[in-house]
Amino acid sequence: MDIGLFIPCYINQYYLKVGIATWKLLKSMGYTLHYPHNQTCCGQPLANSGYAHAARFTAQHFEEIFSAFEVIVAPSASCTLFIKNHTRFLEGFQGKIYELSEFLVQSKAQDKINASFPGKVGILKSCHGLRGLHLGNSSEIGHGDEYTLTTILSHVKDLEIINISRPDDCCGFGGTFCVKEPDLSVKMGKDRLEDFISNGAEVITSTDISCLMHLEGIIKKNKYPIQVMHFSEILCQI
Amino acid sequence: MKGHSQIASSFLQNEPHVDWHDQTLWWIREKRDKAANQVEEWEALRDLASRIKEHTLGRLDEYLEVFEKNSLKNGIKIHWAKDAMEHNRIIFNILKERNVPFVVKSKSMLTEECELNSYLETRGIEVIDSDLGERIIQWMKQKPSHIVLPAIHLKKKEIGEIFEKKLQVPFTEDAEELTRMARKHLRYYFLTSQVAITGVNFAVADSGSFVICTNEGNADMATHLADVHIASMGIEKIIPKQQHLGVFLRLLARSATGQPITTYSSHFRKPAHDKEIHLIIVDNGRSEILGKPKYWKALKCIRCGACMNTCPVFRKTGGHSYESTIPGPIGAILAPHKDPQKYKSLPFASTLCGSCTAICPVKIDIDDQLYHWRQDLKDMRPWNAIPAFAGKVLANPKLFDSMGSFMVFLQKFFPGFLRTVFTNYTKGRSLPEIPEQSFKNWHKNQS
Repeated sequence: MDIGLFIPCYINQYYLKVGIATWKLLKSMGYTLHYPHNQTCCGQPLANSGYAHAARFTAQHFEEIFSAFEVIVAPSASCTLFIKNHTRFLEGFQGKIYELSEFLVQSKAQDKINASFPGKVGILKSCHGLRGLHLGNSSEIGHGDEYTLTTILSHVKDLEIINISRPDDCCGFGGTFCVKEPDLSVKMGKDRLEDFISNGAEVITSTDISCLMHLEGIIKKNKYPIQVMHFSEILCQI
Repeated sequence: MKGHSQIASSFLQNEPHVDWHDQTLWWIREKRDKAANQVEEWEALRDLASRIKEHTLGRLDEYLEVFEKNSLKNGIKIHWAKDAMEHNRIIFNILKERNVPFVVKSKSMLTEECELNSYLETRGIEVIDSDLGERIIQWMKQKPSHIVLPAIHLKKKEIGEIFEKKLQVPFTEDAEELTRMARKHLRYYFLTSQVAITGVNFAVADSGSFVICTNEGNADMATHLADVHIASMGIEKIIPKQQHLGVFLRLLARSATGQPITTYSSHFRKPAHDKEIHLIIVDNGRSEILGKPKYWKALKCIRCGACMNTCPVFRKTGGHSYESTIPGPIGAILAPHKDPQKYKSLPFASTLCGSCTAICPVKIDIDDQLYHWRQDLKDMRPWNAIPAFAGKVLANPKLFDSMGSFMVFLQKFFPGFLRTVFTNYTKGRSLPEIPEQSFKNWHKNQS
């Protein structure tokens, strides 16, 4: 299967390791990957700030680059949701673009996982992935705690999944929210971190490194005894 | 004028209080989850409630007329008020005719919205709020911070102190003791008030009756003892049939507090012998919202407050940080209709986490509306050319690559703007380390 890989702008710039892990993971599973070099940003920061009209340019560009692919995968639930649902300029991509964990579970690729990770891992269910892309059941709706990352990580040897007391409370990143409401954003992050730490997690993982970037910033500032990793880094250690 | 984030920041300074507020509301959210999970058809109920409300709002003019016809037949006196002023004037005239010095009122967010209390008080009529939480904040000269739990921002100690001051009773933090004192205090007003004012939870078109839900029984106590009952309702409170009530009563209390039903769900159909019921049907901006395709669904709201209890922003910054009559996520999409300039920060006081939409018993698309408001509020600004320019740059791979990323782009062209962004980001967080190269460069070197 030919896959178009979309690496969101902040991953391209700040999280080289996540990009490489995603690339190598999909390659190792036998997929034919294409990474168009002229890709840019999905435009979500503009639209969520109230400038959706300006995001039409990035949307048009995205369409030019990716319309040739039948399947597009991105290691970010938030950007995937934006392309799928939030920009009216990109309606053709519904059913074509997948967040990485969503893609792996839908194509039953979890059986191909050959990874070991000795550690206690807590899962941060990113809101856009959980309630936007429906990667699992959110606690408001109930009916069990099925979730793509839980399925995937249960195939990793030596890994112990840690449950937390509020399974899907928001971490407080929220894109531009994190600088518009900095005190609140940090408080929300701190509270989530304390939930993970007090329940014994050593690593927090997620579909979204943007949420984790925000948490990592708080961890470093306060020297909390915990670290963050995108789940692709757990599946494919580089 | 302060925006949400400034008020939120001062609330956040008292961290133990924030944690207590957050925990208390989360506890209610968990009670709600338990109650909802016990109803097997919960999701079907939400769906049905949503469809009944959407159907009704789609032909609201017809249902209002049916309701008026049937309630007149029952002997209820109907008044129409186009705005808050008219609503207040109607109530004042009824009270003036009877020359009453005071009036008891049970909880009604509509009378808060219309600022009825101050209207009557400047005209010499004292208002006694009879809901305990509302009585407390009335004493403290505050506004409700939550639509179901109006005094949730206060701790027992503050409540004990205000009781001591207002009722000249010994200080206590014992909730049962405080309730007993409140009961004794309010009883005098219940027994002597000629007129009782209440809100309305549901108005049923086919029976011409209406329903009031309370836990304290204060609405019943007041209306049964008074000669005149004045009820205020927004035009959106209508449901078509008596049989639809079951759907909403099952959802309302479970969503609000996790109770299967409120202690009192009182049905008012016709006045008792020698008594009067006046019902004021208020528009006050609602029909304008009804005409807006992106926003009309907000009128489905049944005022349960579940979106507030689940919202991390509400839980950690309190209801007063919204400065609107209705706070929380639903308030953030309703308030800008009233005054877009004053409430322009509210749609941004959200991470768009979507928990409000997922919990709403009538399935209001709250997070989508927050997103729409962001667009509409920014469209009122004159400098839309700048983001359009940014959009063009971001869509150009050469420019994009040469500038690295959106942040680097801003750093180059809007250093002042970025300084605020940078300061705000690094207040409580370290910046991520920038790797030696971008993924794009790494990939180019692979082949």
